[in-house]
Amino acid sequence: MRVRFWGTRGSIPVALTSADIRHKIEQALELAIARGVDSSEKLKSFIAHDLGFSTSHTYGGHSSCVELETGRAEYLVCDMGSGARAFGNSIALRDGGPPPVINVIMSHVHWDHIMGFPFFAPAYVPGARIRIHGCHDVIEQALRLQQSAPCFPVDFSRLSADVEFVQLKAGDSYDIAGFRVTPKLQRHTGGSYGYRFERDGKIVVYSTDSEHKLEDPDETRGFVDFFRDADLVIFDAMYSLLDAVSVKEDWGHSSNIVGVEIAQMAHVKHLCMFHHEPAFDDDRIESVLKETIRFEKLTRTEQPLTVTAAYDGMEIEL
Amino acid sequence: MKKMDIRNKTYGDVLVLSPEGRIDHANSEEFRHSLTPLIERCSVNGERLVLDLAGVDYVSSAGLRCFMLAEKQAKSQGGTIVVAAMQPVVNEIFEISRFTLVFETFVTVRDALAKVSPAALKAFDTAW
Repeated sequence: MRVRFWGTRGSIPVALTSADIRHKIEQALELAIARGVDSSEKLKSFIAHDLGFSTSHTYGGHSSCVELETGRAEYLVCDMGSGARAFGNSIALRDGGPPPVINVIMSHVHWDHIMGFPFFAPAYVPGARIRIHGCHDVIEQALRLQQSAPCFPVDFSRLSADVEFVQLKAGDSYDIAGFRVTPKLQRHTGGSYGYRFERDGKIVVYSTDSEHKLEDPDETRGFVDFFRDADLVIFDAMYSLLDAVSVKEDWGHSSNIVGVEIAQMAHVKHLCMFHHEPAFDDDRIESVLKETIRFEKLTRTEQPLTVTAAYDGMEIEL
Repeated sequence: MKKMDIRNKTYGDVLVLSPEGRIDHANSEEFRHSLTPLIERCSVNGERLVLDLAGVDYVSSAGLRCFMLAEKQAKSQGGTIVVAAMQPVVNEIFEISRFTLVFETFVTVRDALAKVSPAALKAFDTAW
């Protein structure tokens, strides 16, 4: 099973600025000088092995969109954030055959999770089938609203694809594109839903826009059960713990610390931090990742937990 | 609700609280219930407060939240709380969770008292 991240940023898309690019070049060249890089061969090795991720790459800035490869002639994707535009374009490149069938799983309808849909190329392909699954009863309303005048030039009714809305219920399990899919209600303004995907003995949990109230052990236990034995948990780690329990309490997001704690309790194998704070640059996200890996080591009691930070374009093979 | 035993000792106008063991999801509410009445003594005209964490092996997010609630309570009463004598693991957890941005931390209880109150420092040195 392969998981592919098309959008990983929280709340609003962001883009690298000219100053950011210049900063990366300066960092790289200064290090290259210090390492005595003076040939093309040394340069390739230097880029591959010596540069940190935040210098040689970027975490990207698209909002939430995560694809789970289905292993069959249809697609499964979580959320339609701005990353959905690139995902939609990739379908045309990959397929070339009959119009695609795409299953969308919606965590909720806040803008950063739906804004990619008007730019989702398959929606404009006659014969394409798009099934939008979710637990909210306002998903169709939200998608139509964002494409209505005066906010967008193409009304939802003019889409060429066959768009269907499928109502799900938290706690029930469904067969979608070969996955057993189980939604769970999460704490977020207006409610959000996490999804547990199971197929061929592998388990992926997509849990974004979810605040964890630490004073309620029953609530924590519910998430431990939801995450239990997962091969991968994609987790909303937008804030520091300090922010999550103080100035940003009740803002509907969680922290790296709580992510590690719940994942450890649930015997998760891989925790992928997701929904990055838009105010954070690449250096800051990498620094948070290093601290979180350290925290996992400090608090480990049983099996090690792999910790990563999602980036646009990242693929995880399970 | 059960309460956790928190040793406390007064030096001059400073109350030193010394919890012990782990403060985690299993006992954080007990800890909070024990802490709340002690924090009531921490105000602008009352005692200042030092959290002596020398005996604490581990603090989870739920435990850290208790510290945050205590800090809010003390602040609303005009009081201050500082943290002292953290074990290395707890110190790192404080740093990674950014709690060092809210709590002033000291290597020893004596260092904390020296900063918070000369009278308390004198009382501490006399006692030891």
